[in-house]
Amino acid sequence: MRTLEAGRRHLLRFTLNGRPVEGWAEPRLLLSDFLRQELGATDGHVGCEHGVCGACTLRIDGRAVRACLMLAVQAEGCAVETVAGLGAADGGLDDLQAAFRRHHALQCGYCTPGILMSLTQLLVDEPDADGARIRDVLSGHLCRCTGYQGILRAAEEVFAARRRAGGEAKEGES
Amino acid sequence: MKPAPFDYARPDTVDEALDLLAEHGDGARILAGGQSLVAMLNMRLASPTVLVDISRLAPLRTIALDGGVLEVGAAVTQHELLTWPGLAAAQPLLALALPWVGHHQTRQRGTVCGSLAHADPSAELPLVLRHLDGSVVLRSRRGRRVLAAADFQTGMMTTALAADEMVVACRFPAAPAGGRVAFREVGQRHGDFAIVALAATARDGKVRLGVGGVAAVPATLDLPPLAGDALDDALNDFAWGLGAGDDIHATARYRRELVRRLGRRMVEEVARAHP
Repeated sequence: MRTLEAGRRHLLRFTLNGRPVEGWAEPRLLLSDFLRQELGATDGHVGCEHGVCGACTLRIDGRAVRACLMLAVQAEGCAVETVAGLGAADGGLDDLQAAFRRHHALQCGYCTPGILMSLTQLLVDEPDADGARIRDVLSGHLCRCTGYQGILRAAEEVFAARRRAGGEAKEGES
Repeated sequence: MKPAPFDYARPDTVDEALDLLAEHGDGARILAGGQSLVAMLNMRLASPTVLVDISRLAPLRTIALDGGVLEVGAAVTQHELLTWPGLAAAQPLLALALPWVGHHQTRQRGTVCGSLAHADPSAELPLVLRHLDGSVVLRSRRGRRVLAAADFQTGMMTTALAADEMVVACRFPAAPAGGRVAFREVGQRHGDFAIVALAATARDGKVRLGVGGVAAVPATLDLPPLAGDALDDALNDFAWGLGAGDDIHATARYRRELVRRLGRRMVEEVARAHP
C-alpha cells in the first residue's frame, strides 16, 4: 500500500510528454500546481480550480482530464501529456494547431491548451465524430473570446481532412 | 482553492481499504474519480484526515451482466460504462442518461458509484438507479449488505453509508425486451447541474416517470394508462408533491412546469410504443 503523510513532501515520478520527470509534493498538491510550480511546466493553464472551465485539461494515459481535479500523487506512474507535447515532427505546428491559427480559433489563448488536449484525444478515440459530437466535447471548455465558431471550424476541418487522408491510405493499400 | 492537508493512502486490496475506513471512521473519505470530491476539497467543503484512493483497485474495475443485472464496480468510470459495448441493449436508460453526466472530460475519471455516493439531488445516475429500482453493494470489515436505491440515498447529498463502509458496486436491473425509455434534462448549459432531469420507462402497460433536481432525492411516479385531464392531474399532483424550491437557477414554479410539460410529453412518448 502506497501511503503519503500529510504535511510532508514526497517524491513522485511519472512521464511528461514522454520524458521521465520527478518532483516533490504534499499529498494535497493538485496535479495542475505540481506541473507548474514543481516541474516548471507552465504550458497548461489553471482557471477555476473546480473542474468547470476546462483550462487545465491534459491527457493522462490517453484520456483528457482536468488537472485541477487530480492530486499530483494520482498521476504516479502515468503518462502525462500536455500541450507542449503536441506539434509536428519537424517542430512546427501539427494539423490541429495549424487549423486553430488559420480559423482564428483563439484570441487570448488561455483556454486553448485544454481545448487542444480534448480535441487531440477525440481525434484518436472518435475519428468519425461529427459536428454535434465535437460541440458536446467542447462544452467542457469555457472560451470567453471566440464564441467557439472558429474553434468548431478548425476542429471540423481537421476531422474531415484526417478522414480523407485515412480513406486515401486505405485505397492505396488495395 | 487548495485542499487542506490530509494523509493519502492507495491500498492494494479492498480489504486494506476497509481496514483504513475501520481505523479512521468519519475522518476517512474514499477517493475514486474525484470529480466531485476534489472540487469539494479545493473549496474546503470537505476536510478529511485521510483519503483512500481506490481508483486503481482491479477488482472494482469490472462491468458484468449476469442474471438480468448489470453490476458496475466502484472504480468503473462513467466513460467506461458509456462506451461498454453491451450497454444500450442491457440498459438503454443508462445509455441515454450517461451523456448528460458532467462533461466528456469529467466522465473520463468520474465513477458511476462515486456519483451515487455523492448523492447530489440533481445528478443523473442516482435518478436512473432509483428509477430502475437498482441497488448498491456496501462493504465494511463488519460484512456486506445490499441496499435498494430508495434506502441508500436518504437526503440531499446524504446516504445510509456508515462511516466504516464503502460502496463496492452498484446494480442496475437489465431492461425488459422491447421496452421504451426516454431521458430529458433542462439545464443552463449542457453539462451543468440539472434544473430538472426526467426519466420515463414503460413496462407491462404501466409507465414510470422519474424526476431529479427538484426534491432532495430522486422521485418516481407510477402511472396506469391515463390520458387527457386525468394524466394532467396526476402530473400536477406529482409536481406539487416534490416540494420544489426557488434558487438562483430557477423558480419552484418553473420546475413544476417542467415536470408537468416534459413529463406529459415523455409519458406519451414511451406509452405510445405500448398500446
